[in-house]
Amino acid sequence: MKTHLSDLPSGKEATIVSIQGGVGMQRRLGRLGLHEGQRIRKTSNIAGRGPVIITVNRTQIAIGRGMAQKIEVETV
Amino acid sequence: MNEHQMQQQKRITSDVLLVGQPNVGKSVLFSRMTGVRTIASNYPGSTVSFTQGKMRYDDNNYTVVDAPGTYSLEPSDEAARVTIDLIDGAARIINVIDAGHLERHLPLTLELLAQKKPLILALNMSDEAHHHGISIDTKKLSKKLGIPVVSLIARSGEGVRELIENTFTVPISESREQDEAGHPGHHPHIKRSPHHGKPGEHVHLDRNLIWNKVGSIVDEVQIIVHHHKSIGERLEELSVHPIWGTAIALLVVGTAFSLIRLIGEFIIGGGIGIVGDPWISLPFGTELLFTEVLGPPLDWLSELLTPGTFFHKLLIGSLVNGEIDFEQSFGILTSGLFIPLGVVLPYLISFYFVLSLLEDSGYLPRLAVFLDRFMHRLGLHGYAIIPTLLGLGCNVPGIMATRILETKRQRFITSTLISIAVPCAALQAMIIGLVGRAGLLPLVGVYGTLFIVWVLISIILRYTSKEFRPELLVEIPPYRLPAIGALMNKMWFRITGFLKEALPIIMAAIVAVNILYQLNIFEVIAKIAEPVITKLWGMPKESIFPLLIGILRKDVAMGMFAPLSLTVKQLVIGSVVLSMFFPCLATFVVLFRELGLKSGLVSIGIMLASVFFTGTMLNLIL
Repeated sequence: MKTHLSDLPSGKEATIVSIQGGVGMQRRLGRLGLHEGQRIRKTSNIAGRGPVIITVNRTQIAIGRGMAQKIEVETV
Repeated sequence: MNEHQMQQQKRITSDVLLVGQPNVGKSVLFSRMTGVRTIASNYPGSTVSFTQGKMRYDDNNYTVVDAPGTYSLEPSDEAARVTIDLIDGAARIINVIDAGHLERHLPLTLELLAQKKPLILALNMSDEAHHHGISIDTKKLSKKLGIPVVSLIARSGEGVRELIENTFTVPISESREQDEAGHPGHHPHIKRSPHHGKPGEHVHLDRNLIWNKVGSIVDEVQIIVHHHKSIGERLEELSVHPIWGTAIALLVVGTAFSLIRLIGEFIIGGGIGIVGDPWISLPFGTELLFTEVLGPPLDWLSELLTPGTFFHKLLIGSLVNGEIDFEQSFGILTSGLFIPLGVVLPYLISFYFVLSLLEDSGYLPRLAVFLDRFMHRLGLHGYAIIPTLLGLGCNVPGIMATRILETKRQRFITSTLISIAVPCAALQAMIIGLVGRAGLLPLVGVYGTLFIVWVLISIILRYTSKEFRPELLVEIPPYRLPAIGALMNKMWFRITGFLKEALPIIMAAIVAVNILYQLNIFEVIAKIAEPVITKLWGMPKESIFPLLIGILRKDVAMGMFAPLSLTVKQLVIGSVVLSMFFPCLATFVVLFRELGLKSGLVSIGIMLASVFFTGTMLNLIL
């Protein structure tokens, strides 16, 4: 099932399908190992529309909600 | 500095250059290699700093440079641009990576391979990787990349010797031409930046190639055995949980502040709960040390000099009820020693101990993530909380730490707020001592007002600019048990820094106070400032002296309120106004250095406007 990272329920695993942003955003995400095809796990949604926390290869990454809305993922 | 001058700068050369991403333990390895004598400096024309040191090996001295942590060599940020420059001047490169996260770090390694410099790969934190059930075939990895690979634990020193030996056996003139031609150790052709064609597509293509390449290397050299989640990992998940995480954040911050007060009070008074009745009381503490040990010889000196004479005033100060009062006498040998060493130092030790614990354990970034939303409403980033917390120790490192923020405007707002509304530990020690005596409520009044001022200024500044605020995107480092040695080192560094810089200024401030008093210069200034101070703020006109001395040192200035017998209301207004009014000399200098003349002046303007307003409001409301 395809959805956006912001809407993925906590605890679910997914694969990044596409990053709907410019080069700058792709590059910022890429530095942290986030690119198309990468497997991730949603760890938490900080309350009050705060950042989204995901775990990639045992590392936690915090992503602003607006950016998380532009990352399309497919649940595994 | 303009472009032309920058090009004329001397190239920074090194025999060994350490390159790696942030949080890989690069600086730990660096200090293992070079020992203690290192110089941290700003790279010319940038706000990014790097560290330089000397290493002895085989009776030769080698220059080692620790490059700023960088994710890639695409010159998209300052750290990367500085690293590229440092690589140009380097004879050999050690690429330090986290053995537990090969797939994250190898892209940078591939970029470094393309630089055609002698390269060694250091797999750091191999113990941590092992705990996670990860094993890496270093021989195979070495063969795939065509460079030596050494696994090590920089924290304990294991493998560092082997790394250094390997570093010097790699021939300097080695060329990797054959790699380009499709050797097994071939790496994808990476352009530093796309200068031709459609910009987006080019980077995208290269990056995908790198990810594929990295993926295939990792698959071949790394084996992960499934392991159960460690307590640390469970805690990591809990502390970003929407509900549990909030509870943990409140608990941690609450505990931290209580701990700072408890330890500080304990060092000063040998008891816990000084503000009220102590629950525990020991014959120990800086207060006792001063009255019992320094008291008798000073009493003798006081008699010798005769109270009221110039030198008595300078060295001992004025007697309170015929006796020396270390807090109120204001001589160089009485208050001049007691304020920095007896009151401020204990709180500084305690503050830096607790802050270093929070820093080194990895909790601060989690707090930043939780506060991100709230800080965004104020026009700031969650990460702005880190310099702000540092500012509670001393504004100087706080303002310097604003460099971690991305835009100039973020740095401006955060530093301005720190210099106006964040009282340093030295000032707080005096506020807690003086205002706390009048009860908890006035103390809450002082802190509450400063917090409201902090929020209001940031909201006002937010609406003065429609700047685009880049969204949060950050790696949260794992929890680590703070290494006691490193923690003590850092505390020692910070505390001796305070003693070296602040002690002479405190002494000078007290000399200045005494001389200005005797020359009646204060009287003249007091007359001029009287309307603002008495009419608007409701303070006695003598309180202009502490406010002026506050420009030199805030803690000394707060001490000058003591003999003025202020009412509780005046004490609260005085503390707030003193905290906000001109930052101390050291902060002032750093503020202008970091912001530049123009923004520095704007910042001071904001300070003056808000201090007049806040003082007046408090006088009307209270």
